[in-house]
Amino acid sequence: MRARWIAVLRTPVGAGAGVLLFAVLLLALLAPLLWSHQASAIDTEHLLEGSSAKHWLGTDNLGRDIFYRVLVASRTSILLALVATLIAVVMGLALGCAPVLLGRRAGRLTTAVVNIAVAFPGLLLALFFAVVFGVGAKGAVLAIGFAGAPSFARLTQTLVAGVAERDFVAAARIAGVGRFRMLLRHILPNIAEPLVVNATIGAGGALLAFAGLSFLGLGVQPPVYDWGRLMGESLNGIYVHPAAALAPGVAVVIAGLAFNLFGEAVAKGFGVPAMIGPRLRERSAETMPAATDDDEAVLVVKDLYVSFPGPITPVRGISFTIGKGEIVGVVGESGSGKSLTALAVAQLIEPPGQVRAAELSFLGAPLLGRLAVRSTAAARRRLLGTSFAMVFQDPMTSFNPTKRIGTQLAEGAREHQGLNRRQAMARAIDRLRAVRVPAAGRRARQYPHEFSGGMRQRAMIGMGLMGAPALIVADEPTTALDVTVQRQVLRLLETIRTEDDVAILLISHDITVVAQVCDRVLVMYAGRIVEDLPASELATGARHPYTRALLAAVPDLDTPLEEPLAVIAGRPVDPAAMPSGCAFAARCEFAEDRCRSEDPSLVSHGPDHQVACWNPQGTAAWQARYLGSESIRTGQL
Amino acid sequence: MTTTVRVPGTTASFTSHPWVRFAVRRLARLVGSVLILISAAFLMIHLIPGDPVRSALGPAATKSLIDARRESLGLDDPLWQQYLHFLQHLFTGDLGTSITTGLPVSDVIRDRLPATVQLAVAAFLVAVLIALPVGLAMGVLTRAGRRPRTELSFTSTTVILAAIPEFLLAVGLVYFFAVKLHWLPVAGRGNMSSYVLPVISLAVGPAAVLARICRVELLAVLQTDYLRTARAKRLPAAAIYLRHALPNAVTATITLGGLLLGGMVAGTVLVENVFGWPGLGSTIVSSILAKDYPLVQGVVLVYGVGVLLVNLVVDVTLALLDPRSTIRES
Repeated sequence: MRARWIAVLRTPVGAGAGVLLFAVLLLALLAPLLWSHQASAIDTEHLLEGSSAKHWLGTDNLGRDIFYRVLVASRTSILLALVATLIAVVMGLALGCAPVLLGRRAGRLTTAVVNIAVAFPGLLLALFFAVVFGVGAKGAVLAIGFAGAPSFARLTQTLVAGVAERDFVAAARIAGVGRFRMLLRHILPNIAEPLVVNATIGAGGALLAFAGLSFLGLGVQPPVYDWGRLMGESLNGIYVHPAAALAPGVAVVIAGLAFNLFGEAVAKGFGVPAMIGPRLRERSAETMPAATDDDEAVLVVKDLYVSFPGPITPVRGISFTIGKGEIVGVVGESGSGKSLTALAVAQLIEPPGQVRAAELSFLGAPLLGRLAVRSTAAARRRLLGTSFAMVFQDPMTSFNPTKRIGTQLAEGAREHQGLNRRQAMARAIDRLRAVRVPAAGRRARQYPHEFSGGMRQRAMIGMGLMGAPALIVADEPTTALDVTVQRQVLRLLETIRTEDDVAILLISHDITVVAQVCDRVLVMYAGRIVEDLPASELATGARHPYTRALLAAVPDLDTPLEEPLAVIAGRPVDPAAMPSGCAFAARCEFAEDRCRSEDPSLVSHGPDHQVACWNPQGTAAWQARYLGSESIRTGQL
Repeated sequence: MTTTVRVPGTTASFTSHPWVRFAVRRLARLVGSVLILISAAFLMIHLIPGDPVRSALGPAATKSLIDARRESLGLDDPLWQQYLHFLQHLFTGDLGTSITTGLPVSDVIRDRLPATVQLAVAAFLVAVLIALPVGLAMGVLTRAGRRPRTELSFTSTTVILAAIPEFLLAVGLVYFFAVKLHWLPVAGRGNMSSYVLPVISLAVGPAAVLARICRVELLAVLQTDYLRTARAKRLPAAAIYLRHALPNAVTATITLGGLLLGGMVAGTVLVENVFGWPGLGSTIVSSILAKDYPLVQGVVLVYGVGVLLVNLVVDVTLALLDPRSTIRES
């Protein structure tokens, strides 16, 4: 608590606003004691004069010094604003807590009234109450207090609702704690902090509102004066005597800002601070450009790095190739860099993230580095727009909620294939049919929220098929879907592969899904590929201890139900603190000294099989355990 | 206000249509709000401590004059009867008679309303036309933590501009542009030039807030999954921003902009008094000071209904722009 206050005061805005607020409050306290004599002294020889050595800001119509009057007016202005704020907070608290105290029905009624009152601007409410309570300081304080109450009531309701859902309140309720006691002991202490912070901001608003009412002549009445009255009275003389009207205005703005800024600095400091990391140094990304040796390759990735300011590098030099019509799976735990790999090959990493690679080429066209300069950005966009499809993890959020599904599908085709609106829509409907969306024509006119999750993911795949894709990068396409829908979507991807000879890069954390549909599997750990093997060898021939641990963690029908499920001990590596040796060494039961000091590179272990391990496993005992385990091949969970 | 209202004589499929449900729900809320507003305006006179007629006519008024005025206003009837009369008169457009001038309140309002509406609408348009482009441009420029210094100066400028109340700004503007430079008239409503200062005074604060909201909304939209989808479609940057980011960023901006417009309606009260603008804002203040309660009542009603209509327009616009909002509310 104290540490956070200190942290707030250490920020430039917090410190500045804190000092300003302190000065304003000090002035309100001391000014009337020190200068009330000067402020009320009538100097008949200097009426309505401009600034002079004797009167810095000149004099008013009775020859009173305006500078001192502005200083002395601070107490009345701030005191009245604080009282009004107090009234607003207390009333708002009472209204906001009413649902807790009064029970459901009465609570609903107060909530409804508060909701309606909140819709009216504060000044209108203040004017209304000013009529009811009468013109004058007392009436204005009450009016501004009452006018501020609805917004504090709304805030209290929100805060109370947030606290009421927490476990300790539920526990207290079950324990039979009374409503009033519950409010006092359990709810109020937990909402006090945000309420006080908002009251500080509110005090700034009350100060300005009060100045407004006094300015209109509805606030404090002579002989008492505050900043608003000083302004209102000197407005008519603005031609001859602008300082008299402007000086109190400046005072109001400074005092109001002091409350506002301090409140907001505290609010920000107690919440989550917005951090802007240091800019990543531009590294020489260019390494040796290597020519593509395989014309059949759809995607060639060599030595791919993805890094973010910090600096952290979640993807650390991975290489792979995807052939025509091949389905390649990438598996690994969360944070292994698999999704970033997908986004990087799709050229969808946004700054401040950076991608570099020795080679990244799609259908023979380099996408990155010096070689990419040869093709224009527009040509690259067209190539990717027609031949490179993406399917994202969450179909619920990956469509624009304000546009019809058909329009969203058609958009890319109009852009890249030169189709007109009608042709593009016809193609979209045709593609929706191709991904087996029933009633495609009607569905195309619907909005995303009218689609189920599985249907949306089909539509997303259909969007990828609008052109003539050579590669579909599917980033966890089934994670957000339930199991039966998962299988339908996977089967759809397989069908597309066989029918159109489309290559697929399938990212998943689910090794059974990958084993089920892929030709080849890349196992990623801590931003590296640790094993690259044919999917058919996964069940019996996996050699990296991590791959084996992933497989062992999959329960099957023979898994004893009374034993806890197998897990991989330890936690994934923090990308900000990468060890010098093998990243998996800390969690590996076979780790030796060498594993902790030297990082193994990916080396061949037989045809189509690469492993990055000093101690690759392949013992008969392990094989015996998993040999013939159908669960992996068929992907049954 | 989530009570479902069954419209008799309609089929089930009709009432289950989201748009119909939205319209019914929204209208029910409007009617409820207007009823509360009318009741509040009616009760206002009766909540005033003491005799409103006595306080309006002053201590010098004779008892017979006060009694006559009380009777003409119907203040001696039972409260419920007065309320019914009030509602009855309201529906025929009769808002009573001004105590000070003796003119029908509805005439005064008809006279004064256009000036206020012009001012508020002009200020709203100016605020939106400035705030949206500025906010969106700042959003694009400062996305993903780019140009931190531009961001800092933008944020601090808008914070300060938003903190200056419109009537203070008005006084400052009058001093510089009218008194010092003689470019624009000090006060009054006449040709185009007389609109400049009042409109700017009203527009600057809301424009600053709106620009800030707009930028934050755009930044939020730029991080959504569907924007990544749009980028995955390899659309040109202009299409991504204009077709996908903008409509979604503007939706939330309009909601808050609507609230600002409501606040602007109230802001006219102060600005009109600075500029001697012949609108409802100066009427309400002078009538409060003169204790001309029927006139206050009428003007409060007009302002209140104005705010409610603005909120209605905002909600409908929102529903048209974002079809989910018709469902989300339930």
